[in-house]
Amino acid sequence: MPRGLKLDTLLTLLVLLALAAAPLLGFGANHYMTLFARMMIFAAAALSLSFLVGGAGLASLGHAAAMGVGAYAVAILDAHRVTDMTTVLPVAILASALFSLLTGAIAVRTEGVNFIMITLAFGQMAFFTASSLSAYGGDDGYTLYDRTELLGSRLLESRLFFHYLCLGFLLFCWGMCAMLLASRFGRVLRATRENALRAQAVGFAPYPYRLLAYVIGGTLAGLAGVLFANASEFIAPAYMGWQRSGELIFMVILGGLGRLSGAILGAIVFVLLETWLPNITTHWKMIFGPILILAVIFMRGGLSGVLGARRG
Amino acid sequence: MGFWGRAVAEALLSIQGLRKHYGGLAVTNDVSLDVRPGEIHALIGPNGAGKTTLIHQISGTVTPDAGRVVFADADITRLSLPRRVQAGLARSFQITSIIAGFSVLENVALAAQAKSGSSFRFFRPAAREEKLNATARNALAEVGLAERANAIAGALSHGEKRALEIAIALASAPRLLLLDEPLAGAGPEETEKLIALLRRLKARYAILLVEHDMQAVFALADRISVLAEGRIIASGSTAEIRASAEVRAAYLGDEDLPC
Repeated sequence: MPRGLKLDTLLTLLVLLALAAAPLLGFGANHYMTLFARMMIFAAAALSLSFLVGGAGLASLGHAAAMGVGAYAVAILDAHRVTDMTTVLPVAILASALFSLLTGAIAVRTEGVNFIMITLAFGQMAFFTASSLSAYGGDDGYTLYDRTELLGSRLLESRLFFHYLCLGFLLFCWGMCAMLLASRFGRVLRATRENALRAQAVGFAPYPYRLLAYVIGGTLAGLAGVLFANASEFIAPAYMGWQRSGELIFMVILGGLGRLSGAILGAIVFVLLETWLPNITTHWKMIFGPILILAVIFMRGGLSGVLGARRG
Repeated sequence: MGFWGRAVAEALLSIQGLRKHYGGLAVTNDVSLDVRPGEIHALIGPNGAGKTTLIHQISGTVTPDAGRVVFADADITRLSLPRRVQAGLARSFQITSIIAGFSVLENVALAAQAKSGSSFRFFRPAAREEKLNATARNALAEVGLAERANAIAGALSHGEKRALEIAIALASAPRLLLLDEPLAGAGPEETEKLIALLRRLKARYAILLVEHDMQAVFALADRISVLAEGRIIASGSTAEIRASAEVRAAYLGDEDLPC
């Protein structure tokens, strides 16, 4: 439905615009900027997952692992005093793409619950591998004393620059996912998700398409991981664990599956809730959990569905 | 058909000694048949005769235990379903199989896309590829769905969905159509439309038609093969099949052959 698609785009642009204007409209304080960075990075990661789940029908429960690979690329290179984006970025891209290719080559052969379990298993393998990397913090995690440099400059230390870097990356992720889904490649993915037999019966073997989608999604997540490592200035095995993967899935569903604006809205609301609720009570998860459950039950189509962006 | 005509009319699809066992049950028992260009070869038989299993082996979703499937002089017995479609063997499904969330046009354009260059293209919106849309529109016009191009496929009536299935098969530029009960579940009016459609298609495509509607089979088919308990018990022109005592026996108590 073109009308629904347009609303989806409009909603996304509005959110991006608000994020662009926020630091200039009195929300420039440090704690706001930290919050925004977290929102945008998770929004980008959720977008890449939404591309997999809503686009290709690949409900990965190991998506955080790909994000963690990107974050650990930053940590490991930093430990070896390689601190410039010109090296960190290509290494992170290659590492997360390779990780997704190797795990995806096996996982994508399966479907449904099996796919979920296999991606979960790979995610936990990554988690335990990270825990055992004692040279890079092991269980305790790795503190990043200086953010990654950009061509020798310390631009990323500037909160404003970092804010717009994250925003730029979010915009890139969104454009990339939207473009891919509309392309020939994306059409085959969408067809495979809805009716794999039909896709085969017009001549498409789904495997290579699904695998490539998995690698693209994982690589985008890896890039989000690079930003996340820099935002938190700390890298821990927990970044890769199944809880984090579950949170990402939740953001996608909370926002509305099948709409890219949904992943962004879902991530923003999720981050807001997990930031505000602990101020009310230390038992905030007792409130957080039911809110999420009620949201899923009563908001069919998620936040973006409620706001009128019909499924495209 | 004359002497010269026979030479031209070499089989496009030829099934040779196909066998499939499930446990001790021979579901396909030494089945051989062929389909020539431009003809409708109908496959009939009582429920449980093994028609669907046979169709699956021809289209590539079930692998036979023995025998060969030869299409356009190439052995395709071991090819996957997608590869067979690319070779020109399109199928429709007994239970409607469309992409319900796609528009009618996109359902058909997807099939056109499979036949028009690589689908590992990432930049241009597929919906704006006029070449694919034109192919899709032609196929839709052919089955009488041109006006419904922008509707969501899931919202079509049952008869329209059956027609859409055929349009999808046509858009993949097939040489042979494998139609698995295209009339299943259609009302009398829809049936009439679909029969007229199949008659129009007959001149241009070889068709292997599996159908329960005997009226339709006898109206459309050039040749008929009768499958019972996994074996072909009779094969010949409509007149020959109508006269065959064996066929009557197989159908006795099932349904009467129309005369």
